[in-house]
Amino acid sequence: MEKLIFEYSRPGRRAHTLPEAPQVNFGVPERRSLRLPEVSEIDVVRHYTRLSRQNYGVDSGFYPLGSCTMKYNPKINEQIAAFEEFAIQNPNTDDWRMVGLLRILYETEKMLCKIFGYAAFTLQPAAGAHGEFTGLLIIRAYHLDRGDTRRVKILVPDAAHGTNPASCTMAGFKQVTIKSMPDGGVDIEDLKKNLDDTVAGFMLTNPNTLGLFEKNIAEISELVHAAGGLLYYDGANANATMGIAKPASMGFDVCHLNLHKTFSTPHGGGGPGSGPVGVTEKLKPYLPVPIVEYDVYVNHYFLEDCLPKSIGKVHSFYGNVGVIIKAWAYMKMQGAAGLKKVSEMAVLNANYIKARLQGVYDIPYDRVCKHEFVISVKEFKKQYGVTAADIAKRLMDYGYHPPTVYFPLIVSECLMIEPTETESKQELDAFCEVMLKIAEEIKTDPELVRSAPHSAIVGRLDEVKAVKEPDLNYFLC
Amino acid sequence: MSNIPQELKYTKEHEWVRIEGDTAVVGITEHAQSELGDIVFVELPAPGAAVAQHGDFGVVESVKTVSNLYSPLSSTVSAVNDALAATPELVNKDPYGAGWIIKLQGFDPQELTALLSAEQYQKEIGG
Repeated sequence: MEKLIFEYSRPGRRAHTLPEAPQVNFGVPERRSLRLPEVSEIDVVRHYTRLSRQNYGVDSGFYPLGSCTMKYNPKINEQIAAFEEFAIQNPNTDDWRMVGLLRILYETEKMLCKIFGYAAFTLQPAAGAHGEFTGLLIIRAYHLDRGDTRRVKILVPDAAHGTNPASCTMAGFKQVTIKSMPDGGVDIEDLKKNLDDTVAGFMLTNPNTLGLFEKNIAEISELVHAAGGLLYYDGANANATMGIAKPASMGFDVCHLNLHKTFSTPHGGGGPGSGPVGVTEKLKPYLPVPIVEYDVYVNHYFLEDCLPKSIGKVHSFYGNVGVIIKAWAYMKMQGAAGLKKVSEMAVLNANYIKARLQGVYDIPYDRVCKHEFVISVKEFKKQYGVTAADIAKRLMDYGYHPPTVYFPLIVSECLMIEPTETESKQELDAFCEVMLKIAEEIKTDPELVRSAPHSAIVGRLDEVKAVKEPDLNYFLC
Repeated sequence: MSNIPQELKYTKEHEWVRIEGDTAVVGITEHAQSELGDIVFVELPAPGAAVAQHGDFGVVESVKTVSNLYSPLSSTVSAVNDALAATPELVNKDPYGAGWIIKLQGFDPQELTALLSAEQYQKEIGG
């Protein structure tokens, strides 16, 4: 395994010699306390080249990580975001000197409003969970502004993304779990039982985490609104509905999106995220400040800070602007028809894999799925002692990134597969062949699968030790 | 085959309860710990806290997942297993013994009839 860069350090070794400079007293902290690794240029180059060869990204191969939408990120997005006019812009620059950049932000917001049906978006939140937190603060501000102080609860289905209940707690709400029906949809009776005047809102993903469309969304929306609550859309699964169904039309009052999933900007350790939050007209006054405005008479874009009911700032300046520019480039490149095609192809690809694996793998929810679907291997576990984690490890031997495992929590021994729209039929077929081959191996040589991976640099990591005794600092032993 | 002691009562959410005089001892089943995998953290209630039957009283976190703990009875927490703070793996190693989670005092024995027997729980987990 590759050593840490600090382990290559030798006192006095340098990659670059700086010209003589006058002695300057920098005060505290002292420069020597930085403890930077002392290495030569070739040490640095070799170390990071080795690490990059051990990495696996969507540029290396198929990455069916369910719920994460690991689609290909077109390189032109990177080129545009790297334009000098954007990349070296200082965020403290006066508005009138960065009109071009503000125009990009304004256009991004307007495009998102059009696609998802909202009155306004804030582009500030830095990721999905940050968007959830922002959306929940907006919901709270709305109720408090009406003088309604009893609404302390947020309802969350048991199939929800784990960030939903966490965001509720962070935003100061009490989270109440709503059960799912055997077909994966929200249990309407359980929802009714929990709806009262203490409920501030209901958080929902549609399609849900099983990759299934929530067919009762109209009834759910009616029930939640009749009880005085608001409906929150977790847009993590927007890659299935974008350009086809608008969450605002389904009755969702607040919605967050993950630009780094649906709008093709790098993520998963590859770059920062962006989680814009969209709201309907009545929630606009509570958006974080600043918002980007446009004065049509003088053709001027500017940042507006004067929103007396705003929840305040949720990010310095205006969010991860580099990510937003990449998403803007992606939307401009796709156009409305292209974005619709993205969703259609994502759904088609997921259904194709599902159809090819059906019969060999147990697919517990047997209906047309959206952009992803789940497999349960509990029968393989019972008969051959092979778990979902084992299959994930075996896929690595065949050069694939494993799918999401053990999520959603309501499906036991679960693998969650999301191919995205950017994979060709040949790529999907190759993956299916490997999955079918692994199913054969489970029956003929289960130990081969149980002891996988056989080709990775590290095999089974000690997850318990990693959680209980995390070693995060080279200098603190 | 999972170990499901005859003398205990169970919930659908995989807790067991053992009556010892006026005290009810609560933990999670062997099946539950095996499904959860290696347990790394157990969030315990404060002694004296009130719990409702089927209401949540704590959280168990494994390398795979985080799961709520549900009380089999309406009662008051009289003691918690402090050993779990440093050694949560006791729940994996000895779920019906040293891996107990909370003790309850003051409950209505009538509520026990609403819980599952060993046979019913066995059926519930498809054994």
